[in-house]
Amino acid sequence: MSELVALFHGFAIALQPHNLALMVIGIVLGVVIGVLPGLGGANGVAILLPLTFTLEPVSAIILLSCIYWGALFGGAITSILFNIPGEPWSVATTFDGYPLAQKGRAAEALTAAFTSSFIGAFVAILVITFVSPLVAGFALRFGPAEFFAVMFLAFASFVGLSSGSPFKTLASMMLGFLLAGVGLDTVTGQLRGTFGSTELMRGFNFLVVVIGLFGISEILQSIEEGLSFRGREGRIDLRAVLKTWAEMLRHKAIVLRSAAIGCWMGITPAGATPASFMSYGVAKRLSPHGREFGRGRIEGVIAPETAAHAAGTSALLPMLALGIPGSPTAAVLLGGLIMWGLQPGPMLFVEQKDFVWGLIASMYLGNVVGFLIVLVAVPWFAAILRIPFPIIAAVILVVCAIGAYTVNNAAFDIVLMLIFGVLGYVMKKLDYPLAPLVLALVLGDRTEQSFRQALLMSEGSFAIFFANPLVASIMLLGFVMLFWPLLSRLWQRTPAPTAA
Amino acid sequence: MPQFAGGGSGIGQKAVEIVLAAALAGVGLLAVVEGRRLGNGWGFDGPEAGYFPFWVGLLLMFASLVNLAKALRAREEARLFVTWGRLFSVLQVLIPAIVYGAAIFLVGIYVASAALVLWFMRGIGGFSLRQAVPVAAALAVVAFLVFEVWFLVPLPKGPVEQALGF
Repeated sequence: MSELVALFHGFAIALQPHNLALMVIGIVLGVVIGVLPGLGGANGVAILLPLTFTLEPVSAIILLSCIYWGALFGGAITSILFNIPGEPWSVATTFDGYPLAQKGRAAEALTAAFTSSFIGAFVAILVITFVSPLVAGFALRFGPAEFFAVMFLAFASFVGLSSGSPFKTLASMMLGFLLAGVGLDTVTGQLRGTFGSTELMRGFNFLVVVIGLFGISEILQSIEEGLSFRGREGRIDLRAVLKTWAEMLRHKAIVLRSAAIGCWMGITPAGATPASFMSYGVAKRLSPHGREFGRGRIEGVIAPETAAHAAGTSALLPMLALGIPGSPTAAVLLGGLIMWGLQPGPMLFVEQKDFVWGLIASMYLGNVVGFLIVLVAVPWFAAILRIPFPIIAAVILVVCAIGAYTVNNAAFDIVLMLIFGVLGYVMKKLDYPLAPLVLALVLGDRTEQSFRQALLMSEGSFAIFFANPLVASIMLLGFVMLFWPLLSRLWQRTPAPTAA
Repeated sequence: MPQFAGGGSGIGQKAVEIVLAAALAGVGLLAVVEGRRLGNGWGFDGPEAGYFPFWVGLLLMFASLVNLAKALRAREEARLFVTWGRLFSVLQVLIPAIVYGAAIFLVGIYVASAALVLWFMRGIGGFSLRQAVPVAAALAVVAFLVFEVWFLVPLPKGPVEQALGF
């Protein structure tokens, strides 16, 4: 019950007027970011991060995390009304959301999307509240070897569970690690990978890379697809809300199952996008009306939205408890912690109680506030897309450039941003996943440090990674995840001879 | 697959796959060489500075060579990366964006941003100057007020801002 006491203390912090104001600003900004095709949660947060240095860390994280919630809500609006997923995790929402809107049931689809997002997030926040202190307490016993093992597990799961080619995932990840290593080596003080360039001495800042990879590439992709925005009216009245809620009560099982899928996939670093697809697929397979999915079933909106929000929210659990983010946006937030002078990891729960519990309390409040804002203000947010795309594209480019510049006050970073924009565009089109690159870039230094510290302790012997049951089992689990595709194939083959 | 806008011809997926995989393998090789230069063995304070880059570079090379081999085996006519028509629309945005990046060094971010909006609205959107100029100017002024005045974040400025006394 100590969690509840801490949580109430957190509410006292989150309910301070200036934090409440930041919450509302963050949600509104986030929904706008989610609606605009070139801006997403990760790069929206990245652009605004440098502007938060003057705030207290807890206020800053409330603002930024609320942008994230807002972006999660905002993605659904354009999916349903315009058939344009504002965010990758709302792609699955278009399958049934847009047909519903075409049938004139946009209000119901939107209400269902927002309500299921809200429930998904709420379940995930409950999990965070009660599970993350346990995980953090457990992780307090971790030494460098254990930390490296956990990082290894996180990255290995990426390779093993990747939906595309595991080698593309691996290449993307290793590129991230290499970029993280450029600059001054903190242990020996040597310059690495700068090849004599003074601009590269600062290293590659993850914010600049994220803005390029996600922001610029997104604009290029949108322009290539020749977006034309022809949307449906999206006004929500009370009758539609009550009708949808009554209907959703009949789909309790789908909601709970999708929330569980989402929480699981958010904590393991699979992320919101695969969670939404998986949940949609499961709902379709288990439903007696499975064949009607894709033509406007309300369940087809409920399932992906619940899972996406549950995953997007629970991605913050490993970030808070272990210092390992579950999604690119969580990775950017983690980078923010470091920049605000906080040490991510289990000690956060001991040393920065106000910060952690203020953040967790703000998640409860932020989602309630966000839910109300989007329900009331959908038509205004949808109106943003009636601005001609050339203006939106130009403004997004300017905002990205300013965001990249303000990280280090370096104009060279704008050049880097453009380079990573083109790289991101090519990688996305060739199905190289970008999330492993960003995670490796953010965690690269800490992964390397824990690896080097561990080897220093063992005087160079790799046995330290298998020295006690704890670290050995984490490493073993990591190897299982890494070779999961091979193992599952073997698994299917081995029983055959015994059966024959 | 959506219908390609500009007919059938364009850059093949295979070619781009090969170029990217080869480039990433090259980056891996670079890291391996750099790792060797820094020392990838055992120093008095643990693994040397080049240890991690060396192995990460090797892994990147390995993964990229597998990707390269896969790309080389793929059927030539399998898929298009981008049609010429679509590439044209991408370049219509990308080239001004590059010019914009360069212009920031010369005239500062506010003038460059206004010019970018003007260019996009005229060139891509087909707006008249009477519509585009006020929008462009408004964007520059709002950005100036938000960043220089409100957030006190100094952004790159050029001769125009200097002439106005900032």
